[in-house]
Amino acid sequence: MLEIKDLHAGIDGNEIVKGISLAINKGEIHAVMGPNGSGKSTLAKVLCGHPSYAATGGEILFEGKNLLEMDAEERSLAGIFMGFQYPVEVPGVNNAEFLRMAHNARRVSAGEEEIDPLDFDELLSEKMKTLGMEIKYKERNLNEGFSGGEKKKNEILQMAILEPKLSILDETDSGLDIDALRVVAEGVNKLRTENNALILITHYQRLLDYIKPDFVHVLSAGKIVKSGDKALALQLESQGYDWVTTAN
Amino acid sequence: MSNEQNSVSDILEDNTYKYGFTTDVESETFAKGLNEDVVRAISKKKEEPQFMLDFRLKAFAKWKTMKEPEWPNVHYPRINFQDISYYSAPKQKKVLNSLDEVDPEVMRTFEKLGIPLDEQKKLANVAVDAVFDSVSVATTHKKKLMEVGIIFCPISEALKEYPELVEEYLGTVVPVGDNYYAALNSAVFTDGSFVYIPPDTISPMEISTYFRINTEETGQFERTLIICAENSYVSYLEGCTAPQFDTNQLHAAVVELVTMENAEIKYSTVQNWYAGDKETGKGGIYNFVTKRGKCQGDNSKISWTQVETGSAITWKYPSCILQGDNTSGEFYSVALTNGHMQADTGTKMIHLGKNTRSSIISKGISADYSSNSYRGQVKVGKNATNARNYSQCDSMLVGDKSSAHTFPYIEAANSSVQVEHEAATSRISEDQLFYFESRGISRENAIEAVISGFCKEVFKQLPMEFAVEAQKLLTLKLEDSVG
Ligand SMILES: Nc1ncnc2c1ncn2[C@@H]1O[C@H](COP(=O)(O)OP(=O)(O)OP(=O)(O)O)[C@@H](O)[C@H]1O
Ligand SMILES: [Mg+2]
Repeated sequence: MLEIKDLHAGIDGNEIVKGISLAINKGEIHAVMGPNGSGKSTLAKVLCGHPSYAATGGEILFEGKNLLEMDAEERSLAGIFMGFQYPVEVPGVNNAEFLRMAHNARRVSAGEEEIDPLDFDELLSEKMKTLGMEIKYKERNLNEGFSGGEKKKNEILQMAILEPKLSILDETDSGLDIDALRVVAEGVNKLRTENNALILITHYQRLLDYIKPDFVHVLSAGKIVKSGDKALALQLESQGYDWVTTAN
Repeated sequence: MSNEQNSVSDILEDNTYKYGFTTDVESETFAKGLNEDVVRAISKKKEEPQFMLDFRLKAFAKWKTMKEPEWPNVHYPRINFQDISYYSAPKQKKVLNSLDEVDPEVMRTFEKLGIPLDEQKKLANVAVDAVFDSVSVATTHKKKLMEVGIIFCPISEALKEYPELVEEYLGTVVPVGDNYYAALNSAVFTDGSFVYIPPDTISPMEISTYFRINTEETGQFERTLIICAENSYVSYLEGCTAPQFDTNQLHAAVVELVTMENAEIKYSTVQNWYAGDKETGKGGIYNFVTKRGKCQGDNSKISWTQVETGSAITWKYPSCILQGDNTSGEFYSVALTNGHMQADTGTKMIHLGKNTRSSIISKGISADYSSNSYRGQVKVGKNATNARNYSQCDSMLVGDKSSAHTFPYIEAANSSVQVEHEAATSRISEDQLFYFESRGISRENAIEAVISGFCKEVFKQLPMEFAVEAQKLLTLKLEDSVG
């Protein structure tokens, strides 16, 4: 589904991602871990097409298409979703309306008609229920004044509405309380099918207890320094990053 | 094209047009320059009653003693008032037989504003007066309005048909010497709209005027007077555009509104005058306008809604004099500046009667190198017990070279007054737009969503079609500026 080949990328001339290769097949879950500042969010932003980040070398293929030639909107419509580490607040824009715009953009690009507003409202209520979100968040402005955890839930709500093929969740677990983590993780699990894939960026083993990864990769200074299975995450939890980053 | 030269004094003496006009196929224009003779010539040309000439002369005498205001937060080279022509009219027909004869360019721009002029397409529920440079060229739905006793016509026509009405109210809200531009307008105005709603009448349709500056060296000085008698209601719309010239054109209008007991006037403007070149700032309209309403009768209401998206410089403060008891004034404004535009706009709410209320919602959007100032005054008189005001002035900055300023002034002469003021500044950021795009929403739709969210409270005051068009206009103007 996704193939990253020797990717180099950065911002304002600083190279942050320094040669990453990674292949993800449908149905798979990949966890990406690594110390602060190692380039995890940068990698994620390059994948979803943030205009401030430029790929300086290498290649990304998504379902055979050259992702680097597509802008963020096209990538989203192609089925890539990014759950942001720090979702931006948009005052004045109603949350439910935003979700409907996004949902309709999908439908229109697939040649379908826009959804009836009442049908959408029903769909939204149902998705919110599975994520344990109160209905009042429909009426709030997009992320405005949301608590850290509420923002993260709202990202997953968007994922649920958009049903992407590949989701990249950047530290969705940080900021969530223990109960919310379980509910959100269950929500993410419910969205899983054998046709979609997941990249989980996280610092904590706890998330991986709920959403079980097939692969764990450790990023350090812009490179994948170790890959393994779930056991690697447990090992990192007990031993820290030093042994992987220095051993390399 | 023929160019006849004539002096203004010649026209006064006999009606032969030897020189003094710059005439071409389309229009008849006075030679540049301003003096008492020009004022007399305008009045004569329009065959006005004596009181009107006296009014003009008084205003002109006043104007000569006045100075251009320097307090607004705008910068421009001093205007040479002798370098402007004070009268220009489409020549071939003073009143066109049908709106189909109006310049197709005007028709198109008008359509863009959501109000097609065209006979077939004209809106069933909107009556339109189209003002071209100095004169009104066409008025629609006049008959239908007349059936319920509503007078809607060019003010030049009202001066002939209903001189007593005009004489009674003209200058009662904006006195001839009110301010520099109002005095100038009072001396040289050439046309505008006149509306009279008789008692106990709800206007069956929206009434609107469309202003168009067409000639390069002509100033536009239109005058609008709307009188709404007891228990009546009218919603009035105003739209403006101007073609693109390298020089600046002056637009100095005066609008006066009067409401009697229990009456209500809702006045909406979508202003899209040419703003000058986006890169160099060259050209564009100087929009120096005095708009004021007087809630004369008890329980009456005046509401101003404006969407200001054009003009090189805007200097405009639609205001309300709340004279009757229990009267209320409202001001809803969206002012967008981009390129090198400068806007100093806001309102004045003058509370004189008891239990008077006013509310001010101002949304300023500044992009590129532009400067956007809100200036508002709430003044409460001694007798205005229990007066209340609520003001909210929000600014949105686009990019990092634009600026926003807020100048609220509050003056209360009694202690029972309640005044509330809120202000906030926000930014439309690349990150916000990226967030939308990362959800598959186009940049254009993203800007539209953010802007319409920011302007929500104002847009909902506009008639439906106007609101939709205003929103598109703002989006269009901002698309290049974000990012
Ligand atoms: N706009 C920017 N300008 C300069 N440096 C940047 C910019 N954005 C990111 N960086 C740098 O790139 C490096 C990688 O940042 P990134 O956000 O990808 O790290 P991360 O692995 O996600 O860290 P964390 O675990 O703290 O979220 C950091 O050193 C960061 O300071
Ligand atoms: Mg990060």
